[in-house]
Amino acid sequence: MSDVLTMSSIARLVPEGARVLDLGCGDGALLAHLQAERGCSGYGIEIADANVQACVKRGVNVIQLNLDEGLAMFDDASFDVVLQIDTLQHLRNAEVMLRETARVGRIGIVAFPNFAHWPNRLSVLRGRMPVTRRLPYQWYDTPNIRVGTYRDFDALARKNSLQILDAFGLQDGRELHFLANARAGTAVFRFRRGANASG
Amino acid sequence: MLIATPLSMHFDDVLPLQSGASIRDYDLSYETYGSLNADKSNAVLICHALNASHHVAGSYAGQDKSEGWWDNMIGPGKPVDTEKFFVIGVNNLGSCFGSTGPMQPDPDAPAGSGKVYGADFPVVTVEDWVDAQARLLERLGIDVLAAVMGGSLGGMQALSWALQYPDRVRHAVVVASAPNLTAENIAFNEVARRAIVTDPDFHGGNFYEHGVIPKRGLRIARMIGHITYLSDDVMNEKFGRSLRAPTLPASRGSLPPEGAGPARGGPSPDLRDSYQYTTQDVEFQIESYLRHQGNKFAEYFDANSYLLITRALDYFDPARRCGGDLSAALARARAGFLVISFTTDWRFSPQRSRETVKALLDNHCEVSYAEIDAPHGHDAFLLDDPRYIGIVRSYFDSKVASPMRPSEVAQ
Repeated sequence: MSDVLTMSSIARLVPEGARVLDLGCGDGALLAHLQAERGCSGYGIEIADANVQACVKRGVNVIQLNLDEGLAMFDDASFDVVLQIDTLQHLRNAEVMLRETARVGRIGIVAFPNFAHWPNRLSVLRGRMPVTRRLPYQWYDTPNIRVGTYRDFDALARKNSLQILDAFGLQDGRELHFLANARAGTAVFRFRRGANASG
Repeated sequence: MLIATPLSMHFDDVLPLQSGASIRDYDLSYETYGSLNADKSNAVLICHALNASHHVAGSYAGQDKSEGWWDNMIGPGKPVDTEKFFVIGVNNLGSCFGSTGPMQPDPDAPAGSGKVYGADFPVVTVEDWVDAQARLLERLGIDVLAAVMGGSLGGMQALSWALQYPDRVRHAVVVASAPNLTAENIAFNEVARRAIVTDPDFHGGNFYEHGVIPKRGLRIARMIGHITYLSDDVMNEKFGRSLRAPTLPASRGSLPPEGAGPARGGPSPDLRDSYQYTTQDVEFQIESYLRHQGNKFAEYFDANSYLLITRALDYFDPARRCGGDLSAALARARAGFLVISFTTDWRFSPQRSRETVKALLDNHCEVSYAEIDAPHGHDAFLLDDPRYIGIVRSYFDSKVASPMRPSEVAQ
């Protein structure tokens, strides 16, 4: 999800000057944008060697870590914002990482491809897994180990007593608040740990 | 090609040491590469580990195979580019490559006796080395380092620089290192030291006046060290269970000949394939390799230096003054950090580097951390893994070359 409109849409959710942890930060483009445009500071977490080097190259702090091992290195509420942008679909422990995101960040922001977007539904109705701009891989050759929908995430967030602050769909750079589950290729949630989810 | 010229600087004044002792009238051997820029903002200090020296990069004129120990990393166009940076290598006090150490005359000995320090050389620590390096840099007119960089024990010095002189270091590059040694690591050092100290030729550290060298102890110390610098996988790949070829003098005591292949896949026709049923002669290639490394080392390294330097490793523990709280100890750090570890390094494991990284994160320091999946164990920090080399290059290009310190960039 490297397109500029999407990136600036996500960036708008991050308060000015925030201390940010970006889980699965890729080549560090979003963090670089947040540093340059919104005066943020922070770190990316990344597993791939090439991405780690790309981050260092553009001057973004990066910690090479496998997210499947959790976030034990980070204390509770040690960041203003923890980002999981297009990371969830690569995680084995997506639920644990969601809780970890809410533990380490005062605010969590998650974005991922929404499988309930109507072209995907059409494709499955026709009996085939979708191959789209947003989900460009064949089912047998994809780095995504899971797919989920906007509504699925909403249910998971509630199950984990997260307080959803904001939820919308993103499609062609536009934020969709109405029927986002069907109309948007990307689901975006902003949340924090619920009051009764301490410990 | 980079031509290196060894230099020496004399210090008349007294250097107080952590132990309470002090050292005076000492010399430091050093080398520099590249040129210091007009505002003296491009200096990079390279700190050496156990058995290395100030000869970091380049070669000595007219001497074949005299490349510095980090020549793959430092030089014109290399990751630490001597066309951009003024790079300094310093031999530490107590070592044996020209800086004052146990082999040098003790200024406190009776005049005219010419007695060398020997066992009387004061115990030096990582902090003492950093203090000595800082004085040398002052004399070179360098107030602030663009970066300090080191691997293993050298990484400890880089970390210590950021704590002892937080305003004089813009970046610290800490490779294959640890915030202190584990019990197992101290144990390896102790076995090596006992091998030296119990060698009948050691004479309590004053072997020089007996005209002998405790080479047996040094050899065994080096053999133990070497085992811990490699990974199990690399050792198996290089040597496996290969038997030493009896009629290949070229391979005697060195790496297996090219193409010999590991014994796992069955004995190569070039290699001896039957046991000699001997308990004391070399039977396996790994034995031959370790003996060769031990012999080589005993020819050039000083026994007292080995004791001193391994002790400096043992003592290093910046968290100690904060009750073991590394985060509290690192609160002083102002530098930006690049921390690198290697997955197969069991002597300085990634877990230890992560402790450093966590403490830096706790203090909101600028830090990047790379965990390189290289097969070579601790030795990987001296080798040419492209990911490792690439990260260092990128860091120096993007961060160290920037004239501002990280805290100023953030504001």
